[in-house]
Amino acid sequence: MHGRIRTWGPGALVLLPTVLLLGYFVYGLIAWSFNTSLTNRHTARKGPADYVGFENYGHLFSEDRFLNSLKNLGVLTVAFIVGTLVFGLLWALLLEKGVPGESIFRSIYLFPMAISMIASGVVWGWLLNPSTGDDARGLNRLFEILHLHFLENPWWTAGSRWTTMASIALPAVWQMSGYIMALFLAGFRGIPPELREAARVDGASEFKLYRHVLFPQLSPIALSALIILGHISLKLFDLIYAITGPNQFRTEVPAILMWNTLLRSDQAKAAAIGIVMLAVVAVLVIPYLAWTVRQETEE
Amino acid sequence: MRGGLSKTLALVGAAGLLAVSACGNSNDNSGGGGSSASKDVTVFTWWADGGEKAGLDGLVSVFGTECKDYKFVNSAVAGGAGSNAKQVLANDLQAGKPPSTFQAHAGAELKDYINAGQVDDVTQLYKDYGLDKAFPQNLIDNLTVDGKIYSIPANIHRANVVWANPTVLKKANIDATKAPANVDAWIADLTKLKAAGVAAPLAVSKGFAQEMLVEAVLLGELGADKFKGLWDGKTDWSGGDVTAALNKYKTLLTFTNTDREAIDWPDALGYVNSGKAGYTLMGDWVAAQQLADKVPDTAYTYWPAPGTGQDFQFLADSFTLPTNGADPDGAKCWLKVVGSAEGQKAFNTKKGSIPARSDADPADYPKYQQSAMADWKKDTIVPSCAHGAACTLGQNNDILSALSQFSGSPDVAKLQSALGTAMKTS
Repeated sequence: MHGRIRTWGPGALVLLPTVLLLGYFVYGLIAWSFNTSLTNRHTARKGPADYVGFENYGHLFSEDRFLNSLKNLGVLTVAFIVGTLVFGLLWALLLEKGVPGESIFRSIYLFPMAISMIASGVVWGWLLNPSTGDDARGLNRLFEILHLHFLENPWWTAGSRWTTMASIALPAVWQMSGYIMALFLAGFRGIPPELREAARVDGASEFKLYRHVLFPQLSPIALSALIILGHISLKLFDLIYAITGPNQFRTEVPAILMWNTLLRSDQAKAAAIGIVMLAVVAVLVIPYLAWTVRQETEE
Repeated sequence: MRGGLSKTLALVGAAGLLAVSACGNSNDNSGGGGSSASKDVTVFTWWADGGEKAGLDGLVSVFGTECKDYKFVNSAVAGGAGSNAKQVLANDLQAGKPPSTFQAHAGAELKDYINAGQVDDVTQLYKDYGLDKAFPQNLIDNLTVDGKIYSIPANIHRANVVWANPTVLKKANIDATKAPANVDAWIADLTKLKAAGVAAPLAVSKGFAQEMLVEAVLLGELGADKFKGLWDGKTDWSGGDVTAALNKYKTLLTFTNTDREAIDWPDALGYVNSGKAGYTLMGDWVAAQQLADKVPDTAYTYWPAPGTGQDFQFLADSFTLPTNGADPDGAKCWLKVVGSAEGQKAFNTKKGSIPARSDADPADYPKYQQSAMADWKKDTIVPSCAHGAACTLGQNNDILSALSQFSGSPDVAKLQSALGTAMKTS
């Protein structure tokens, strides 16, 4: 008995603060939010509130504004993840092939990540000015000067959901592609050179080398990238807020709607939106966790 | 290439600095809620720069001489129409750490705080400071909720003002000296301007500016009584006259700039000043902006929105006495200064608004304010929703969302039902 405490005791002691803090600030507060979402606490007034079950959720899913924000989020997530993966992989491939001054390019690609979303949102809000023709400003001005008139467009003020949310995804792609590039580049560098040599000796073409030898080894990295990007996309608030401001129906995502709801002190509804967002993240994260656990047990 | 890189780095660096300064700001502000045990009076506002900050400084100097026992502690949070500030304030109130006094729009917007039990009744202070005599009765009526008053206004602003560029209007032979008789006449003038080569004769910006425009159209078309009824439930939002007015709003939008969702009101005003547009509709804080931008009096003109010549659509910034606030005596001294003739003069001459007191001397004020003060005395007073006098934060939030949807895909029936639904929530 005494001996067993010696084995696991110190480890548990080291972990204890983390477990307590996580337990309170993450899981405790999730439970608290969930509890609030089941009540009719629709004002800032203190005191007891009644439980109304899942009524708030029922209202949410029958509300145009919330459904619209979910659709916006879906489109944003797809555009953001596809865009970032494509650019990140492309840059990683180019750097992996070897270029002079690689470290300079690496820094340039990674630099946007150092800027806070709110700051880049302010700048991109200006770059994405919807005026065209003689009045064009921002990116449209650039296209105007380059005589690429067909590229000028109203960006996020366009009518269609895809154009709107893809325009919002653009700055996010710009900001996160460098990070994905770094992930993939590290992946490429982690592959032993012997594997490439062996493939080349066996007469594999460049394309086949990537297709059958290198890419399969990157799949764990691609999956991590997907998870990281997915949850960033769900949390995206500051960027959208900076570009379009609050109360913008076209670009509203659940995070912004939650902020708006909290501003009017409708705590139960805001908590319900938060819990829905958590559920959406869980849809992404839980399969990933299951997959990693299975991988680890297989090893 | 080298130049390009260093430019990029400089840009990136600048953006980084922006981010750092933004962080610094929020840190400064987060300390604002907790007031210390000394005789500090923390005053929470969203007046952080420009004419608003100058006005606040004016109040502070009066406070410094009138309330020597107390020290003013600025707890301002920057951001358009106070949306950031309101979020910070909501947190502080929720945490039980109210500032000594906070800024809130007078009228319906205060209901949120009253319903939550976060502000105290100040009716007695009106008697103590003689404000019940100094403020016009119709203003006091607008401030009273169930027989009680919960705030003391520092100023009055007018929302329904159209600002015009006479040089542009001259091109289409339009008389700039007087307002078109109604919205239809305005649309006719806009058509003339468009024919004369002005692509977007009506400059509009995002969010509340569109709300102010739709309110001005509703006020002009329905008249003051029915318009007031929209906000207190006596007028039916689904009525045919509302449909007709919203259709006119839809027509007005076709004369506006395409980047209306991306710009703020100073940019829209800039379009008028630079001659790219003929008109913009905005509250009378434009007068202070024109003064600050050194635009000469002759370069612009202004009149009440078409069809609203007899109506003064008002909004007022006011200060409250939070429940369980730190040092209520200090807060009361601040409120006394806010309501006093001297305090209102110090504040309003700098902010470009007019005093709520009816005993102020117009000679102390610049040209625009003199005309507004005369109108305030004789016009019908109606509230504005865009600035919290007619509706709560929640209602306003839903209306803004509906209008941004309308701006993208104008569907009058959808907008009308969305507006009606918005007013049914709280």
